Amino acid sequence: MPRHTDREYESELRALNDRLLKMAGRVEEMVAQAARALAERDAELARTTILLDETVNTDEVEIDEACQSILARRQPLAGDLRFIACALKMVTDLERIGDIAVNLCERAIELAREAALSPIAGLGQMAALVQEMLKDVMDAFNARAADRARAVVRRDDLVDELYHGVLRELLARMSQDASALQRGIHTLAVAKFLERLGDHATNLAEEVVFLVEGKDIRHAGKRGGPPA
Amino acid sequence: MIAAPAPRAPPTTTAADATTPVKLAVRALDAGFGATPVVRQLTLDVPERRVLAIIGPSGCGKSTLVRCLNRMHELVPGATVGGSVLLDDHDIYARDVDPVLLRRRIGMVFQKPNPFPTMSIRENVLAGLRLTGALRGGRKQPAIDGIVEQALTRAALWDEVKDRLAAAGGSLSGGQQQRLCIARALAVEPEVLLMDEPCSALDPIATARIEDLIHVLRERYTIVLVTHNMQQAARASDLTAFLLHGELIECAPTERLFTQPSDRRTEDYITGKFG
Repeated sequence: MPRHTDREYESELRALNDRLLKMAGRVEEMVAQAARALAERDAELARTTILLDETVNTDEVEIDEACQSILARRQPLAGDLRFIACALKMVTDLERIGDIAVNLCERAIELAREAALSPIAGLGQMAALVQEMLKDVMDAFNARAADRARAVVRRDDLVDELYHGVLRELLARMSQDASALQRGIHTLAVAKFLERLGDHATNLAEEVVFLVEGKDIRHAGKRGGPPA
Repeated sequence: MIAAPAPRAPPTTTAADATTPVKLAVRALDAGFGATPVVRQLTLDVPERRVLAIIGPSGCGKSTLVRCLNRMHELVPGATVGGSVLLDDHDIYARDVDPVLLRRRIGMVFQKPNPFPTMSIRENVLAGLRLTGALRGGRKQPAIDGIVEQALTRAALWDEVKDRLAAAGGSLSGGQQQRLCIARALAVEPEVLLMDEPCSALDPIATARIEDLIHVLRERYTIVLVTHNMQQAARASDLTAFLLHGELIECAPTERLFTQPSDRRTEDYITGKFG
């Protein structure tokens, strides 16, 4: 791939790309640790994970600033313009993923205080699936591979399906056993947060498709446009 | 639409503009100097009352192309031209076409403001009309005053110069001089306005005035704007054509060309990955 004639501009764009990847790496790690804290009922791990969010917040601010600087000084066009537009959106999704990891950790701390619920079918699978989606979408971003990003979008249906299964099972348990209410509500929140992670991974994937192909595949079908 | 290496059909203005009548149709145009080709087999449609920007690296044939559009290219010794350019479906290179009259229909504004420096502002506006003999019939003074006012108003200069029409053209600022040249071009009531780097010698404010003027002028005129400044093409045009080595690489609605060019070479040029 040819490089920009202006090497400083080239290095600014590369640095921005690297920062996004690093930020994504951090939030992936946060989600992985949150999932482990939940599975292993490890409140300490949850607490240390929450502390990582500060770095993610700093990443968000710094990446935003870098994008604004490039917009103001370089007036990017074509693929470069799509990259900046994409980075500005990705950074918001990544930061929200960090927040959701914090939310998961908070629930992990609460749940660790109570007796364990017997395993909920589908919950572990949801956690594993959204982590895979996050990893795959960032790989797709790094490789500028729209097809791989589209595959991530398709997987979100499975996340939603699993979520509804978890929801039904939890509601059934809570209606049968009042002592499970408190834990059930926390677990419901966990399922909702995991489902939201799937949505953010989907957003990221749509942003990657836009970056690579210049096609906006959001809400495909709902706007009467061609399917994604 | 475009892309792919030769042999291929030459790219043309996209079908997206099929609803707008074509004002200028360039067909298989070849132009050069002696044995050196500068524009090769170029086919391009300029829709009526739209602004077409032409971008491309130095030496790509932008200026030669526009100078073929009003037969100014042939004024250079050794210039060669082949193919055709149709204005409202009539070939401007046909034998019966008088180039001088043609240039009344297709006006031109150049890179460096070139008013006649010692001639008054008023006479500068009328210069084109006098050269083409259009004022010979003995038009009455009020009618001529009307032409001057209208041309200066359309060039967004009237308010700044109406009280000093007798002052020398050279007394104006660079930006005003360029608008005076636009007024001179408009006074002959052209249908097409060719602008070859009209802002390259102007500061950002004067540039913004010209670009603002281009937005207004496109309601009446078909405009072809040659520019080195990609941001200017992005701001001021409806369609953008990218030329490279005398060939049309891509012509598309400006917004699309600058966000999603179809050809790798366009992408590389507009993102600064060339040479």
